[in-house]
Amino acid sequence: MTAAAFSVETIRFARRTREQRRHRVIAAIAALLFALFILTLCLGQSFTSPGDVLRVLLGEEVPGASFTVGQLRLPRAVLSVLAGLCFGMGGAAFQIMLRNPLASPDIIGISLGASAAAVFAIVVLSLNGPIVSIFAVIAGLLVALLIYGLAFRNGVAGTRFILVGIGVAAMLQSMIAYTLSQAPAWTMQEAIRWLTGSVNGAQLEQSAPLLFALLVFGGLLLICSRDLEALRLGDDTAAALGTNVGRTRMLVILAAVGTIAVATAVTGPIAFVAFLSGPIAARLVGHNGSLLVPAALVGALLVLAGDYCGQFVLPGRYPVGVVTGALGAPYLIYLIVRANRSGSSL
Amino acid sequence: MTVASAAKPTWRPAIVLLTRSRGFWLLALLALLALLSVLSVAVGTRDVIWADILAALSGQSDSIGQAAVVVRLPRTVLAIVAGAALAVAGTILQGVTRNPLADPGILGINMGASLAVVIGVAWFGIASAQAYTWTAILGAGCAAIFVYTIGSLGRGGATPLKLALAGAATSIAFSSLVVALMLSRADIAGGLQAWQIGGVGGATFERMAHVLPFLLAGFVISLLSAKKLNSLALGDDMAAGLGERVALARALAAFGAILLCGATTAICGPIAFVGLVVPHLCRLLVGIDHRWLVPFAALVGACLLVAADVVGRVVARPSELDVGIVTAFIGAPFFIWIVRRQRVRDL
Repeated sequence: MTAAAFSVETIRFARRTREQRRHRVIAAIAALLFALFILTLCLGQSFTSPGDVLRVLLGEEVPGASFTVGQLRLPRAVLSVLAGLCFGMGGAAFQIMLRNPLASPDIIGISLGASAAAVFAIVVLSLNGPIVSIFAVIAGLLVALLIYGLAFRNGVAGTRFILVGIGVAAMLQSMIAYTLSQAPAWTMQEAIRWLTGSVNGAQLEQSAPLLFALLVFGGLLLICSRDLEALRLGDDTAAALGTNVGRTRMLVILAAVGTIAVATAVTGPIAFVAFLSGPIAARLVGHNGSLLVPAALVGALLVLAGDYCGQFVLPGRYPVGVVTGALGAPYLIYLIVRANRSGSSL
Repeated sequence: MTVASAAKPTWRPAIVLLTRSRGFWLLALLALLALLSVLSVAVGTRDVIWADILAALSGQSDSIGQAAVVVRLPRTVLAIVAGAALAVAGTILQGVTRNPLADPGILGINMGASLAVVIGVAWFGIASAQAYTWTAILGAGCAAIFVYTIGSLGRGGATPLKLALAGAATSIAFSSLVVALMLSRADIAGGLQAWQIGGVGGATFERMAHVLPFLLAGFVISLLSAKKLNSLALGDDMAAGLGERVALARALAAFGAILLCGATTAICGPIAFVGLVVPHLCRLLVGIDHRWLVPFAALVGACLLVAADVVGRVVARPSELDVGIVTAFIGAPFFIWIVRRQRVRDL
């Protein structure tokens, strides 16, 4: 009896320490994100003192700083953070649901579906603003359903889902290439820049759809997060634990595609952020509790840091997608190498 | 019972016998290729009358129609050569890896070639067709070795799924590096971007002449390794038992395929899915004997790429669709179909 009580006590203690560790790590990431946010506001081509930045944020008119901070740096930083949150959370949701890090929306073509729709809306229909986001969300959902339907055969096997997604991605890519080649007003340079994802020329109004997506779809994901965690154990186990697998899956797909597609419509598909955030967050917090919040924070950190590096650290100015893409590519290969070597089925 | 089975062949209608014979298909495909080539010269953004075609073939280029034909001729030839090369490379790769999903595009080999070319243009300032070809072949080779090494790590060796995933991941990784390089160099981005999509548009006979030796070598090596691939298809142990030096045979055949897709990528850019679709079609036509598969793949691949080029010119008038876009639209559904057909365990 005492032994049992002791072990319950131990488990409870271990669980509490794990929980505390998780909270500490999340707090640390959030603090880092905040620090970086302030840094990007203060430090650009010129240095603005934190006091001036604070005064600008409070709405005061500061000569010299109001324009650089208020018009240039603040919208850019806000947009980076919001887009990063969206990408990180949506990507991690997909990876958890399909139990496979390769199942991130930027690899299986869902981001490309949103891009294709956005490019079509911008170039051919010459639309802009929130209506582009709506286009992107609908197309992203359609592509997700298409992949899901094509991969469905006595249930969806993760690997088949990924391979079908890669096939669909190839088609969407050529569709985008064609649409762009038809656009005389867009120079190729500009088009590739958009397709890698960039927050150049950010305006504060652009963050409205992102905020909306984060509240609605991100909130939906957080509500589902308990069921999503159950799905990580396998469909059968999740069902035995009382999760409605089919409904959870549908809700998660809807919400994750929503976040990803809206962010894609605003900033372009910032390469590999959705793919990288989940695994990095898992490495940091370990496998306890939901990964959604830490992954979202890591995503924001990646975009913010990537954009800053692209602007000021590297020689020449690059859009953020190039930095995250160059970062993500080796990691993707490393992931495959590790999975093959350990003999796991990925 | 024996009587019935012996008598069976005579009962077959002539048409069935005809479609079973390889000679018939050979002739049919040659006729189809000739027809498509004529179409490719005659049809395009501008329709050309027959008199102009004949005049242009005899060396005149006075009217606009004749000038169009003069431009379309090398383009058609390039489509034939590139289609044949990619299809043969795909056949060889599917044989070497015993993998129905193998294709120079999916395995990342074309992307490796194009990354090498972009690096060469951006950092080493290469410009001649000769240098393009060497760089592309080097890149294709490195990418092939890289992907095969990654894909065959761990238990079970190079299974279809592991190879396809390793190839796709490498491809994605390389293409993001290509974009990073192109964006940093505004001066070279325009030309490279058009080349990246994969097309036969700007073909000239001069540029083709540079890659022709490589392509010829690739074709010869592929034809020579066809017999070895037949033994390899039985499994490594069986092939070794038949007196084949498995590793050497595999390396040689793969080298031929790399020559073919590297050289093709050098002039056309990365064109995907031709090497995937064609071998499957050819297996339906002539069975699994590689000695027949390789030449048939060359013919079917040539037909496919010429047809794709013609379609690309017709559907988007007055502009054109690059052939790489058309093949992706034909090939990607096919890829998905193969993935669906495989049982999960095999993948």
